[in-house]
Amino acid sequence: MATQAKKTQVSMKVNGVEVDGLVEPRTLLVHFIRENLQLTGTHIGCETTHCGACTVDIDGLSVKSCTMFAVQADGSEITTIEGIANADGTLSALQEGFRQMHGLQCGFCTPGMITRAHRLLQENPDPTEEEIRFGIAGNLCRCTGYQNIVRAIQYAAAKINGTEFQEAAE
Amino acid sequence: MNDMTPTREQREAKLEGMGCKRKRVEDIRFTQGRGQYVDDVKLPGMLHGDFVRSPYAHARVKSINTEKALKVPGVLAVITAETLKTVNLAWMPTLAGDVQMVLADGKVLFQNQEVAFVVATDRYTADDGINAVEVEYEQLEPQIDPFTAMDPGAPVLREDLTGKNTGAHGPRKHHNHIFEWTVGDKDLTDAAFRKADVTIKEMISYHRTHPSPLETCQSLCSFDKIKGELTIYGTFQAPHVVRTVVALIAKIPEHKIHVIAPDIGGGFGNKVGVYPGYVCSAVASIVTGKPVKWVEDRIENLTSTSFARDYHMTTEIAATKEGKVTGLRVHVLADHGAFDACADPSKWPAGFMNIVTGSYDFPVAHLAVDGVYTNKAPGGVAYRCSFRVTEAAYCIERAMDILAQKLGMDPAELRLKNFIKAEQFPYQSALGWEYDSGDYHTAMKQMMEKVDYAGLRKEQAEKREAFRRGETREIMGLGVSFFTEIVGAGPSKNCDILGIAMFDSCEIRLHPTGSGVARVGTKSQGQGHETTWAQIIATEIGIPADDITVEEGNTDTAPYGLGTYGSRSTPVAGAAIAMAARKIKAKAQMIAAYKLEVHEDDLEWDIDGFRVKGLPEKVLGMKDICWIAYNAPPPGMEPGLEAVSYYDPPNMTYPFGAYLCVMDIDVDTGVYKVRRFYALDDCGTRINPMIIEGQVHGGLTEAFAIAMGQEIRYDDTGNVMSGSFVDFFIPTAVETPKWETDFTVTPSPHHPIGAKGVGESPNVGGVPCFSNAVNDAFSFLGSTHIQMPHDYWRNWQAAKALGVVG
Ligand code: FES
Ligand code: FES
Repeated sequence: MATQAKKTQVSMKVNGVEVDGLVEPRTLLVHFIRENLQLTGTHIGCETTHCGACTVDIDGLSVKSCTMFAVQADGSEITTIEGIANADGTLSALQEGFRQMHGLQCGFCTPGMITRAHRLLQENPDPTEEEIRFGIAGNLCRCTGYQNIVRAIQYAAAKINGTEFQEAAE
Repeated sequence: MNDMTPTREQREAKLEGMGCKRKRVEDIRFTQGRGQYVDDVKLPGMLHGDFVRSPYAHARVKSINTEKALKVPGVLAVITAETLKTVNLAWMPTLAGDVQMVLADGKVLFQNQEVAFVVATDRYTADDGINAVEVEYEQLEPQIDPFTAMDPGAPVLREDLTGKNTGAHGPRKHHNHIFEWTVGDKDLTDAAFRKADVTIKEMISYHRTHPSPLETCQSLCSFDKIKGELTIYGTFQAPHVVRTVVALIAKIPEHKIHVIAPDIGGGFGNKVGVYPGYVCSAVASIVTGKPVKWVEDRIENLTSTSFARDYHMTTEIAATKEGKVTGLRVHVLADHGAFDACADPSKWPAGFMNIVTGSYDFPVAHLAVDGVYTNKAPGGVAYRCSFRVTEAAYCIERAMDILAQKLGMDPAELRLKNFIKAEQFPYQSALGWEYDSGDYHTAMKQMMEKVDYAGLRKEQAEKREAFRRGETREIMGLGVSFFTEIVGAGPSKNCDILGIAMFDSCEIRLHPTGSGVARVGTKSQGQGHETTWAQIIATEIGIPADDITVEEGNTDTAPYGLGTYGSRSTPVAGAAIAMAARKIKAKAQMIAAYKLEVHEDDLEWDIDGFRVKGLPEKVLGMKDICWIAYNAPPPGMEPGLEAVSYYDPPNMTYPFGAYLCVMDIDVDTGVYKVRRFYALDDCGTRINPMIIEGQVHGGLTEAFAIAMGQEIRYDDTGNVMSGSFVDFFIPTAVETPKWETDFTVTPSPHHPIGAKGVGESPNVGGVPCFSNAVNDAFSFLGSTHIQMPHDYWRNWQAAKALGVVG
């Protein structure tokens, strides 16, 4: 049985800002982000590493923050959905793509989905539809059926690459 | 006219009214992580509550010892049924007229039932408290199988009902019987069967599943002792109903209860019910004087709050040898779990299951539903469908295929032969509904043409030959489904929830500078109401949708409404919005007449204002009318420009659609591939085609999941076998097929803007379509019906049973 233990100091860089806090060793990273840092865009949909609603970017990797302790993230650099918009506050290509292509409905999966897609497009700037589907398979959506999420990511890729987005013919 | 004057097209486009693919207002905040869902709300001094749950499906609770738990630093209270009895809340009424334990009172009746509620300073400490609560159980024999629930020796589940031979819906035949509900003419139906050339009979099961929105159920309650006021944030699809129910059961005056449903992360029926977590967080706040939050985890969600389906439908059709249907007889065994907590309009114990005659002209029909108790979680909600409509559609669409097989007819041809014809609407069904409108033949033919149905059948015939010759191990199935939904509950003459009539409402208030706010009694959980409601208003009164803020979910500000489920928002609230807008327009017309110095009848509406007939330059725009309404109204007229409308619909609306699925199955592995899925929906007037298509994609994906694997499964002792996302099938982007959408438009004749509902149609029509595809694939090998869900393993089992694999 997990019980309360002495708190530990952690510090990390979140969305470009140095932060620190006192946490129990058992504190999950997602709770540290949501409760201590008050960044509630990162969501919890399962707590068992299946849904991806809690996806954040840690040192260049997509990570499900519900299955990582805050102490394990000590010293790391993290980007959450709140750090995805362009520096001037406008929507990033991905955020815009999700809106333009109707890639979201209830919005609960969206922060994790966009954060994952953000990393995917850095791993593979010009993915095929199949690569996109595989690349976001760790993120579940209950509302959209994914088709428009795929288009949203294609839209963003085209915008970033300066090419023209081709609407897939139905 | 100078060049700067906008054209009519430009003026029209600026409104972003009905029919336009308007981008969603909600997305600005959601894409930036700035939505506010219940768990994002934090109040000063907030505590967290969590449940001790039963490991057993059926057991007596001999003792609950909370002593050690209360010694855990940070644990402030442990609430049990004994605590709740002091405020008369150990049991609560369900929406179906039954009662349900809030916390285990003497017994537990399903695995993961709520036993005690631990309140602590944070979630981790609450969990420590849970681990320290000691509960002593004595296991009892569980009743899991609904088919033996009414056996003479079946264990008694509900001791509280001992001696009660009558339930909320009439007589009970057995201690585990809840109700029997019958509709239709039994004698005439039996006679049709006696005379029939051909009959079919099949037990068609629709397994237990769960809506499982990505955000679980949650609440945050804060009781202000000084003011005697209770504020409840919660994942509520129907916030006003929650307020009234709380007022009735907690005896707090309704004006001192503030219910707020903030952003909701999907509902699909899961968030209609009233759950022990809501009640316990409220009681805990009253007890501790602090705000108390309850957040369900995924396992709790799947195993305790509101399953769906679990209908076992023995279905018979009588027909002539030419394939004309002459009678339908259905008996349903409905497994309701431990309490009857179905979320149906109160007079409908089996929802609208009597839509089971579907899209076909059955002269006679009879339906009987028996509800039984078992040691499973309560619920029976409408998972992305109108009440039990998906069960009904599955039943009739599977049965029509079985009949086609028996007659040696093509399933599409059989349907075309039996459809209600366009000229028969409004159509009185044998089981009591008046279908408002439809044109089924056109939709079906459009589908068959678009997919090249004849070509697909030809390909299938060739593949079957190749399979017989041993050249391939793949079989091909064509799933046809044609569904009629019944949505928009509902007319107060037959629809209420605990006595509350199922109207809906809208209040529109325009501001002097020509923008405004609309407050509506519904509550979006992803449907995009903030976007679409403004589009209706834009078209009705010529104020751009961008200039209308839409608000829902706060019972202090929104007019009373019955919420969002069963695709009722557009049919009911959508009508209220149009009617409120028309009241505003009527006043605007009086103002315009005064200002333009003509009679009202000499004015005509033109996109965004009024103009004098025959004098196109004499115009007054709505924006100007707004200013005048406040600051210079005609003499004797009240200033201001606002209206409220409560809409009691005269009838339901009846969306329909024609779907087709092409599937290939490898008989040696059971692995299937959805090669093509085409969905034609007719939801009447289309408010925002982009949102409609999105809803269709989402509903089809849920239908795909349900038909092909998603199930809440129990073992013989009542352990849940699929209680997490490990075993409960939620398709990822990789498994999910690609969707092709199409439409026809048959407006509802009684709805102010002709709209029906659409969000649930794809689930209703999709499930039979997938299942028919699997069954069609196997049919040439001699099978008539294979039960869902059709996962790889079951497909392989089916192939084995048919002797095509060793
Ligand atoms: S909450 Fe982390 S994967 Fe679901
Ligand atoms: S938009 Fe609702 S879960 Fe993806």
